[in-house]
Amino acid sequence: MNADIRVALVGNPNTGKSTLFNILTGLNQKIGNFPGVTVDKKTGACQLPDGRTAEIIDLPGTYSIYPKSKDESIVFSVLADKSKGLVPDLVVVIADASNLKRNLLLYTQIADLKIPVIVALNMMDVAQKAGIKINVDLLAKKLGVPVVPISARKSEGIDKLKTAIAYANKVALQEDTIDVQSLAPGIIAQISSELQVDNPYIALQLAHQHETLSYLSNEESDRIEALEQEHGFNSQKAQASETIARYNFINDLLYDTVTKPQAAHNESVSNKIDKILTHKVFGFVIFFAILLFIFQAIFSWSAYPMSLIEDLFVWLQSLAAKQLPAGPLSSLINDGILAGLSGVLVFIPQIAILFALISILEDTGYMSRVTFMMDKVMRKVGLNGKSVVPLIGGFACAVPSIMSTRTIENWKDRMITIMVTPLVACSARLPVYTLLISLVVPNRNIWWIFNLQGLALTAMYVLSIVSAVIVAFVMKFVLKARERGYFIMELPVYRMPRWKNVIFTMYDRSKTFVLQAGKVIIAVSIILWVLKSYGPGNRFAQIDQQYAQPRYTKTMTPDSLAKVIASEKLENSYAGVFGHVIEPVIKPLGFDWKIGIALISSFAAREVFVGTMATIYSVEGDADKLQSVEEKMREARNPDTGQPIFTLAVAFSLMIFYAFAMQCASTVAVVYRETKDWRWPAAQFAYMTALAYTASFIVYHWLK
Amino acid sequence: MKLSQLSIGETGIVKEFTDLEMSVKLMEMGCLPGEEICVSRIAPLGDPIAISVSGYQLSLRKFEASTIVLQ
Repeated sequence: MNADIRVALVGNPNTGKSTLFNILTGLNQKIGNFPGVTVDKKTGACQLPDGRTAEIIDLPGTYSIYPKSKDESIVFSVLADKSKGLVPDLVVVIADASNLKRNLLLYTQIADLKIPVIVALNMMDVAQKAGIKINVDLLAKKLGVPVVPISARKSEGIDKLKTAIAYANKVALQEDTIDVQSLAPGIIAQISSELQVDNPYIALQLAHQHETLSYLSNEESDRIEALEQEHGFNSQKAQASETIARYNFINDLLYDTVTKPQAAHNESVSNKIDKILTHKVFGFVIFFAILLFIFQAIFSWSAYPMSLIEDLFVWLQSLAAKQLPAGPLSSLINDGILAGLSGVLVFIPQIAILFALISILEDTGYMSRVTFMMDKVMRKVGLNGKSVVPLIGGFACAVPSIMSTRTIENWKDRMITIMVTPLVACSARLPVYTLLISLVVPNRNIWWIFNLQGLALTAMYVLSIVSAVIVAFVMKFVLKARERGYFIMELPVYRMPRWKNVIFTMYDRSKTFVLQAGKVIIAVSIILWVLKSYGPGNRFAQIDQQYAQPRYTKTMTPDSLAKVIASEKLENSYAGVFGHVIEPVIKPLGFDWKIGIALISSFAAREVFVGTMATIYSVEGDADKLQSVEEKMREARNPDTGQPIFTLAVAFSLMIFYAFAMQCASTVAVVYRETKDWRWPAAQFAYMTALAYTASFIVYHWLK
Repeated sequence: MKLSQLSIGETGIVKEFTDLEMSVKLMEMGCLPGEEICVSRIAPLGDPIAISVSGYQLSLRKFEASTIVLQ
């Protein structure tokens, strides 16, 4: 970016930092009422009143320069690492005027780095309502920096802030806050001279953070470690005395600049809402009602747009089939690319709906109450209060749910949530279950009201959530925590959601999914297309030749002939060959090579099972009609024994396999995107496959 | 007297901490010695708790609250 000055936005979570960023840059991005939503480094350009352009960097929200998570450690790196040239020319510290004391802690730390600073005093309207009076001019004078009162939500004071940015000093003029040298005199002096750090506070931070700072060389880090031993430097004790010194400074500062109403204010609206929303009974009732609503919304609201997308692709495919000359190219575009693309885009409605609802829950402040209420239960099984939403979302689709785990700051909790979410029975498993259940479970009632088929389906759903909880519990012991688990979390006041932000979140998440996961899914679809459309040697040519003989062309309709050929070709394709190859492996589960083909092709998406079964059994008429597939599968006989293939044992074994196996390229892709390490999706794939195999094996032999 | 022993609506003034690592985090969030804390609510299942401190609401687990000693 060609910018004249570089400005970093720094502030506590929930201070409206992201809202301000959006107003300044016009480039909207994710805002949450939740600590740590801003994960990626976000930048945007801002036109200043004097005609220059400023590059604005939105840094993760943090309560202090001492990081509690990986996100937060970015703040100090950006502000201190001179080597990468990321150090901003100016820092805008956003402080919540209604809670100035805690917000100024971060300001004093930033100020001591001696980068030019401006304070943006946000939520002035909230402070005024609460009866807090701030003498802005005196505050600015005492700090030695410009202080600009703003209201980011109402876009008030933004022009003044831009002017302040434009005319900001090039040198840091802020007053010293505390006597940094006295915190650790010996070590600060030595680090300053040995590493040529001219700022004592940066030298102190190097002593504190050298283990996690990537810009220090190993020698430098080792040297600092040795100095710490030499001077008996205790990081936590030094940090504690620093924090106390800083709050003393802040108390002095606020003594004559801020006046608060003496008498405790009337019970706030937020408190009244909390009394209901975190109530022993109503709290849970409301929460489960909201979950049910989310679940319903993802299922039913998405049905119509999803079928529209599907119809669009059916239309495109028929168009392509007509316009393009028949041959490999047409087939690649139709069955490879378009089919893959449709498999990606069909998820968009569900992703958009889930994220719209989640962003409303976060924006209003309700999500932190969910965490507050559910923490105790979820902690017992190794999860986090915030894991509830991804797990419930998993009933619709694991893809948006895994993307939503970003709200979980604790690394271990988040990883466990990501690892178990695909176990929850997603909507793509539904057609597989429906088909297999109607095949083997009689459609009659027991105990008057319970339909057997319905019971079987419910059992599959219950099984999925139980297995997710059990696996989470096991992983709690397997995974090593990177950080000590804390639950010290701000409960922000309730606010109205920002609708613009809700819409942007929908757009942003859908785009991310299409661009990131889409690549992998299309690649997998093309590979599967190759496997299904080509066979070894001249087998395909032989099939064509065989069915070109008059005894077939004369006796069969062209339509059914084409179906028989397609079925034969699939058998002899590479996918069919693979099916035969894996048959010995899947035989103990009761599966034959035909099911093997379905398992392989299901990897693009589970629901492909039905379509593949239709092709294998060369179903007449509409291949998507469950009944016609079901009929064919019911008639299917083992050629050796003459017994039906889809017995109760096989069908349940197959359902259990689909319940546990990771047959979803989209999920694999999104897990990689969220963890940025191939080992996570690999481990997930491995454990789920092992679980699926074992469980299917047991079920098959138990029911046989 | 520890913070975890207070019931809803009761207030106390922070005296000291029993866990150094936890104290650093708590102090950053405004829970400093001399600061007044009021227990505003307890989660429906008895843990964690929500306190109001230096003008805002903070939630923490009972175990974490037990490291805060009150005057």
